[in-house]
Amino acid sequence: MIAKTPDNATQPAACRVRIALFGVTKDIVGQSEISRTLPQPATVAALLDDLKAAYPRLSGLSSLAVAVNNDYADAAYCLRENDEIALIPPVSGG
Amino acid sequence: MIVLTDQPIAVADVIAAVQSDRAGAVDVFIGVVRNRSQSKNVVRLEYEAYEAMALRKLRELAAEAKMRWPVEEVAIVHRKGVLQVGEVAVVVAVSTPHRKEAFEACQYLIDTLKEVVPIWKKEVYEDGETWIAAHA
Repeated sequence: MIAKTPDNATQPAACRVRIALFGVTKDIVGQSEISRTLPQPATVAALLDDLKAAYPRLSGLSSLAVAVNNDYADAAYCLRENDEIALIPPVSGG
Repeated sequence: MIVLTDQPIAVADVIAAVQSDRAGAVDVFIGVVRNRSQSKNVVRLEYEAYEAMALRKLRELAAEAKMRWPVEEVAIVHRKGVLQVGEVAVVVAVSTPHRKEAFEACQYLIDTLKEVVPIWKKEVYEDGETWIAAHA
């Protein structure tokens, strides 16, 4: 008899990510870094949806990008646990 | 010279950094803290940078300018932290053989910096403060 695989072993593992916050996003969240656990596929789009649900004021920003490993990431990019992730609200340097 | 600093910017040093015997033109943009914004009196600015990414994006901009124009040297120095009215917030210097490319490359660099480099400016007024969304 073959041992039954637990149901949850067939599920993709969740992805726990840490996100650095700057500018207005730091004020909205109230911290300079947060952790979130996302179901797979943990895309950039899924992270944004998760954060906007948890912190509705993020939805009021005119733009909100995600940086992964120091570059802007596409919505479809799948986040990994060791990625360096940051929220990028509208920039205003210069 | 690509630098983020919490110290006052020595503009002459930034200009000297782009000196080249092949360059007949040096164009310099100096961004300064002004005292009025959004119909309010500005008391000070506070700049925050995502430093590692900001430096990476600034280096990319400098490389892009060198691909698009015959640029000899680029220097970009941006302040972080608290700035008072009248202080220099950013200096962009570009050297090229002739002036037309120097103007164009310098404008490209400051315009694109304001669009893509992760630096944020909070304006502090007499009666409040706000994070600026330059590209709202």
